[in-house]
Amino acid sequence: MADHYRHRARALAAGAAIALLAPLAACGSDEESGTPVLNLYQFPVENFQTVVDRCNQEAAGKYRIAYQVLPRQADDQRVQMVRRLAANDDSMDILGMDVTWTQEFASANWIKEFTGEDKAEVENGTLPGPLASAEYENKLYAAPNNTNVQLLWYRKDLVPTPPKTWDEMIQQSLELKQQGKNPYQIVTMGAQYEGLVVLFNSLVASAGGHVVSDDGKTAVMDAGAVKALEVLKKLATSGVTTPSFSNAVEDDVRLAYQTDGGAFQLNWPFVYPSMQKDAPDIAEKTAWARYPGIDANTPSVTTIGGSNMAVSSYSKHPDLAFQAIRCLRGPDSQEYLAVNAGQPPSIEAVYDRPDMAKAYPMKDALLDELKNAAPRPRTPAYQNLSTVVAAELSPPSQIDPQRTAASLKKSIQDALESKGVLP
Amino acid sequence: MTIQQERPAVSDKPPARKKAVLSEGKRQERKLGLLLCAPAALVMVAVTAYPILYSFWLSLQRYDLKFPDQREFVWFENYATVLTNSYWWTAFGVTMLITVVSVVVELVLGMGLAMIMHRTIVGRGLVRTSALIPYGIVTVVAAFSWRYAWTPGTGYLANIFGDGAPLTERASALAIVILAEIWKTTPFMALLLMAGLALVPEDLLKAASMDGASGWQRFTKVMLPVMKPAILVALLFRTLDALRVFDNIYVLTAGANETSSVSMIAYNNLIKGLNLGIGSTMSVLIFLTVAIIAFIFVKAFGTAAPGSSDDGRR
Repeated sequence: MADHYRHRARALAAGAAIALLAPLAACGSDEESGTPVLNLYQFPVENFQTVVDRCNQEAAGKYRIAYQVLPRQADDQRVQMVRRLAANDDSMDILGMDVTWTQEFASANWIKEFTGEDKAEVENGTLPGPLASAEYENKLYAAPNNTNVQLLWYRKDLVPTPPKTWDEMIQQSLELKQQGKNPYQIVTMGAQYEGLVVLFNSLVASAGGHVVSDDGKTAVMDAGAVKALEVLKKLATSGVTTPSFSNAVEDDVRLAYQTDGGAFQLNWPFVYPSMQKDAPDIAEKTAWARYPGIDANTPSVTTIGGSNMAVSSYSKHPDLAFQAIRCLRGPDSQEYLAVNAGQPPSIEAVYDRPDMAKAYPMKDALLDELKNAAPRPRTPAYQNLSTVVAAELSPPSQIDPQRTAASLKKSIQDALESKGVLP
Repeated sequence: MTIQQERPAVSDKPPARKKAVLSEGKRQERKLGLLLCAPAALVMVAVTAYPILYSFWLSLQRYDLKFPDQREFVWFENYATVLTNSYWWTAFGVTMLITVVSVVVELVLGMGLAMIMHRTIVGRGLVRTSALIPYGIVTVVAAFSWRYAWTPGTGYLANIFGDGAPLTERASALAIVILAEIWKTTPFMALLLMAGLALVPEDLLKAASMDGASGWQRFTKVMLPVMKPAILVALLFRTLDALRVFDNIYVLTAGANETSSVSMIAYNNLIKGLNLGIGSTMSVLIFLTVAIIAFIFVKAFGTAAPGSSDDGRR
């Protein structure tokens, strides 16, 4: 009897042990077969597995990249990476990051610097704007993968010549309104989130101003920044936006425009293919132009988006990871993703490839802006900065340029030093 | 946990009797008792005391993972920063509002539900099981279904109340968070109260009714006093639980429009902001709030686990 019980208990214990250890065994199995596995943690990208498969084939057994898909929301992606990095997790090798996390991860010593040949390879042919987003304290910490800038989309049936400046655009919109033409509105992102910070950053950069010093350590908020606040306020109070401006994110803006709710749209290029599909009649009447500037004689400077790839400091195979990044963000991969995932390339030469002309009819405007684009303030505390800037600018109609600039300067300085409390 | 730690203070005999010399047998018994408790106590220390002390240690430092080189000991500077910050006090007010409103409503509804579950004669098992279903559903899952229900376009509830998006306005968003909390935890309240109802002797109620007490009088004069210990425990559990509200807010509003609770704001600073110093300070402050509330319940109202006291309340 007693024996019977003991036997059972032992079987249970063995079962429990197997259940506990099985997942661990699954992780290590590939390593044992001889091919090192490089775990790539990245947000979901359409058709990215094809790129991974091709790079694995090219590696010919030197390494095998495993694509671990992160959640869809940017915040969730960052939290997951950060928790693993803070715990010195050695199972992450390559990180696919939003451009704004690069400086933060570099400052926390979580990602490895690109040096020597790896660095030269990344710098070769990459557009300067995206490249700047991968640098921290004059060192290169990541390889730009895709990039992005917003364009001005306008109704060529209503607007014969695209506006060069914000003032001109607001003027044109008001004229349309007075003539009783519909639509006349300017639609763009004004909700209290990153999108509003991007708009503000583009305005400041176009006005030649600075929010933060170049080394990312001190809040500046110079005359250019005040000018940007004036323009933002004018946009919000001239009666040319939609009532939901202060609550609009990318997709709201896209939908508003393609349902005949705007004559001007400032948004990322993803809106065009979707317009062609969902509202072909509007797409036919739509043209694109360079993002409007502040001064008619100075071209606009727009904020770049996109993603960078970096090597985790805790990776067990950093050398192989650097090699793998060369393939993953190489020109062939970028071309494939540009066509199949809607991600504009960060390597200039890719824009001349034949496939691009068809997939990106707006590529010349895109490239024009990219050659002269502004990264967002490059500071490890960008998350904090973005949170407080969005909070202070929202709603844009309540901006009082001089006063908002002064209070922003103070709260940005606190954010840069990671002082105080985040909301 | 706190209740168990505080309990001896309530049930201990007067100090005069403590000093009495124990017999050999009693001493052995006490020793055995202590030995039997030791493993559990050690595990408790390992899993609760260590993290609490560690967060307290972190809360005394400037420690931001983004700036590892700037780590330094700053004593109580973080506490000054947090306690003078308006975001913190807004979140504190929101948390208190959610706690008070949801616990009061839950007590009333829970009492009704407990009565129904207690008095049901036909299909008792079925009634009790179905009443407990909301408590069995994972909070995040329930919160998502609430979110979709209240989102214009996808939801069946959003359209009832006009055109707006209720989750984007502060007042309506808080009301929805409270509603979700109440829906979710009323069954738990009812379960605890039902245990108290079972303590009310049937004879007592019959005697009261013989004396001419009305239904309401029997409820307020007989049942409630007898149930008091169970009610206090239920209130204590739910208050402490409601103070830590996180999942519903995280899913429903993510703290937008000043709807953050203290747990939410601690999460934002600790996990998202990577600021271990400030985040730990908030955790410690939340812990202190919980401890103070538990202390008030235990000391002022004499809360104890039902059946554990020996002063005849049972």
